[in-house]
Amino acid sequence: MSILVDSDTRLLVQGITGREGTFHAGQMIEYGTQVVAGVTPGRGGGSVHGVPVFDTVSEAARESSANASIIYVPARFAPDAVLEAADAGIPLIICITENIPVNEMIKVRAHVKSKCARLIGPNCPGLITPGEAKVGIMPGYIHKRGRVGLVSRSGTLTYEVVWALTEAGLGQTSAVGIGGDPINGTSFIDVLELFEADDETEGIVLLGEIGGSDEEEAAAYIAEHVSKPVSAFIAGRTAPPGKRMGHAGAIISGGAGTAESKIEALEAAGVAVADRPAAVADLMAKQLA
Amino acid sequence: MNIHEYQAAELMAQQGIPTNAGVVATTAAAAGNAFDQLAGASGLVAVKAQVHTGGRGKAGGIKLARSSVETSEAASAILGMDISGHTVGKVLVAPGVDIAREYYLGVILDRAARGLTIMASAEGGVEIEEVARVSPEKIVRVTADPLLGLLDYQIREVAFGLKIEPQLMSGFSNILRALYDTFVANGASLAEINPLILTSDDHWLALDSKMTIDDNVLPYRPDLEELRDLDIENATELRAKANGISFVKLDGNIGCVVNGAGLAMATMDAIKLFGGEPANFLDVGGGATADQVALALELVLEDDAVEAILVNIFGGITRADLVAEGFVEARERVEVDVPVVIRLVGTNQAEGREILANAGISTVESMAEAAQAAVAAASGH
Repeated sequence: MSILVDSDTRLLVQGITGREGTFHAGQMIEYGTQVVAGVTPGRGGGSVHGVPVFDTVSEAARESSANASIIYVPARFAPDAVLEAADAGIPLIICITENIPVNEMIKVRAHVKSKCARLIGPNCPGLITPGEAKVGIMPGYIHKRGRVGLVSRSGTLTYEVVWALTEAGLGQTSAVGIGGDPINGTSFIDVLELFEADDETEGIVLLGEIGGSDEEEAAAYIAEHVSKPVSAFIAGRTAPPGKRMGHAGAIISGGAGTAESKIEALEAAGVAVADRPAAVADLMAKQLA
Repeated sequence: MNIHEYQAAELMAQQGIPTNAGVVATTAAAAGNAFDQLAGASGLVAVKAQVHTGGRGKAGGIKLARSSVETSEAASAILGMDISGHTVGKVLVAPGVDIAREYYLGVILDRAARGLTIMASAEGGVEIEEVARVSPEKIVRVTADPLLGLLDYQIREVAFGLKIEPQLMSGFSNILRALYDTFVANGASLAEINPLILTSDDHWLALDSKMTIDDNVLPYRPDLEELRDLDIENATELRAKANGISFVKLDGNIGCVVNGAGLAMATMDAIKLFGGEPANFLDVGGGATADQVALALELVLEDDAVEAILVNIFGGITRADLVAEGFVEARERVEVDVPVVIRLVGTNQAEGREILANAGISTVESMAEAAQAAVAAASGH
């Protein structure tokens, strides 16, 4: 098993005719993902990489039986794109787009939930189940199907750890990037719950960073509900307070959201916390030995 | 983006909040001249440092004055003052007021609640973080509905929670409604009035205003972008931002050039772990092209404290060979006079390393090795 995406995933690409959308649709198809439709308003009737393009998500969903949608549209139009996918009944929506105003996301998140859809992101690299489906912008070849589930707020930092897990021979069941924004659709806890329930996943890696309290909430959840070994890395021990470190959500404000607080909470929950990214794989190897 | 008190007060006044409007001055003389028009019946003005940090009062950044001469003396003392690393370039001279009661009222982006939360306390004038730590029970909180917004009953809950008397309710409710509207209308991530005061003749007045604007709103709101105080922002950070690079200046001596925010933070942490100090946070963004890498090197080298540079690139979609070509090209364009340690992995890493090797540039394999090498290079070993 795996979580969220697999060889049965029928993917719709919103913004497929844009530069990013076209490029990544090609990369995903090459990886073996079933890309069944694309949407760009006003470009219906065309095709990209042999994938039919529609004007609206509802039409695309009806014609292609898509069960997931990935969004590559610019920030100005991305909230509407997420809402369109949710209203069309798409159960899994992945929003790659960054720089969406946070007040927009508060509303979008609530609406998506009311439609019982799951939103991953925004401002995320997407997710992958190695050997089955790549739904995102991550380099596919660094992944290897294996034993560890990975959840992260970051992009390249995730690749770093994925690579280390691959090199250590542990591999991944699925790797999910939940995104670096202060308000996102899916939390660490949501993904931990899925990995805990997934038979194939033997251990879980959590990659967090400064800002907010998602890691602390995850720690409390792990202590109560997760029986599998968890190892973690938290980026930003050296980040100064009050400064946004690239990601909109990576900011220590009012003394809250420090790396120390997160590390302390995770360690108290029995999580092995590494002092640098690649060491997460070593810790996981020990935990699974 | 943080804005100044006087700017936040203007945005709040636009939504109907009674604010204590004054005059902004950049010289002691201009501040002194403002006294007569502002002092009024109280015969008193407050001279307040305009800086993007808290704790102004404790640092001596707020002074009362009773004459034009005193006002200019106060301004003279405050202008140029350093408050937690922020140099004061402007003061706000505002009328003195008669305070009967002080409250705290704020709207915050509440990440844990995934929404906008109203926080209020009858302990005004004190930093809310301090109240939260010492006596959290004194804070009243309600979280607005994400789709319906702040509801009237929620406003009443806040007012009752603060034990506001019935005859004062309507004035208070209008201010809370307007504060919420100010937040939403300007894409804020924080809007607070501290203190919100009640005068002895029962008038509400926002005595100090603070707002933070969501950076992601600024591309659509040139009117808000104009509120940016270019005098106090780091020039390198602004130049980076204009070119799609995230840059934050730090105090160390090892410059960092990294792709991805999480990896950039992890790289800083690794430098510290091996005994060094990072000079900056730098994320070159998605496409680590020659131009971006060249600019990143330039930005890092603008800091004279930099004694070594660590380049850490994980080639994902960005191919390592292209990054290598970019680096070789960048080095021809930018004069790099400090040692550079490069770690280049990921897609086409062998080709990338060969390109660098042919240009006489050696690379290291792991992040730990790279950090150690950079620390050694910076300390001259």
